[in-house]
Amino acid sequence: MDNKKIKAGITVFPGSNCDADVYRVLNGVFGISASFIWHKDKIKDLGGYNFIVIPGGFSYGDYLRSGALAARSPVMEYIKDYASKGGIVLGICNGFQILLEAGLLSGVMLTNNSLKFECKDVYLKTLNTETPFTCALKKDSLLKMPIAHHDGNYFAEKKIIERLNDKNAVIFKYCDENGSITELSNPNGSMHNIAGISNENVNVMGLMPHPERSSEKILGSEDGGYIFQSIIKYIKER
Amino acid sequence: MNKKAFIKIMLKDEVLDPQGKAVLSVLKSSGFDNVKDVRVGKYIEVDFAGEIKGGHASLKEEAEEISEKILSNPLIEEFTIEIK
Repeated sequence: MDNKKIKAGITVFPGSNCDADVYRVLNGVFGISASFIWHKDKIKDLGGYNFIVIPGGFSYGDYLRSGALAARSPVMEYIKDYASKGGIVLGICNGFQILLEAGLLSGVMLTNNSLKFECKDVYLKTLNTETPFTCALKKDSLLKMPIAHHDGNYFAEKKIIERLNDKNAVIFKYCDENGSITELSNPNGSMHNIAGISNENVNVMGLMPHPERSSEKILGSEDGGYIFQSIIKYIKER
Repeated sequence: MNKKAFIKIMLKDEVLDPQGKAVLSVLKSSGFDNVKDVRVGKYIEVDFAGEIKGGHASLKEEAEEISEKILSNPLIEEFTIEIK
């Protein structure tokens, strides 16, 4: 299967600002056919897309709570339907917050424990490689990617954390450059250093760091590219 | 009918409130060292006109649905409603 035949949809809300970066990486670096979906577009059946990306930014100016208003927009109803049929959905940064608010993923993002907007490179440890988002990676692989967020402090009640662990739904954790998961390598206070989780069917993943900003050598890291390579591999082998 | 719902949303007691902690430390360093704790929340006024929606018996019930589904995140927040 030619990459060009793979179709991806990138949602755009008022205030999304990583949409063009994702577009560039998917089309320019990986040669697939990605296009934008405006939040008011009435594409009720998203079945024509091989996967959907909800990009980062400040949808609706982060009013009320990060992601809260975007999560209630029409396109999210179509995405819920798409996800319930097994469709692959990746939410990056604000996209992760939107997935949590929409109830497609469990838990909530609190303000970083530093109270600061954290913008820097971090290391991630890959905990589960049996997902559409990580199947091109080896277990425990370390990835260097940038974070850029104010509310990335993942919080969930004990019951939810236990369930995530049971289902191997914690996909990425923040770690140091040697792969040790330490308090010092946790950039935002996130519970158990959680950086990325999936739903139980592992077809929906939220990730705080930005793979689209680390998919080209010139940007200092190509590690984020493994996420997109995995999705492409998964689609081709399905 | 033209009534208003006054909705107060606070983080649950067991959830750390970093904003409150920051305000607390500024208050203390400003000499108000008798301040023990600070919690920061949200206050939202919703102005209604017309019939009650969502099959509810009262405006309070409708405001409860709005608060639970949209204005607050029940995982970390709780709310109180006053109708006037």
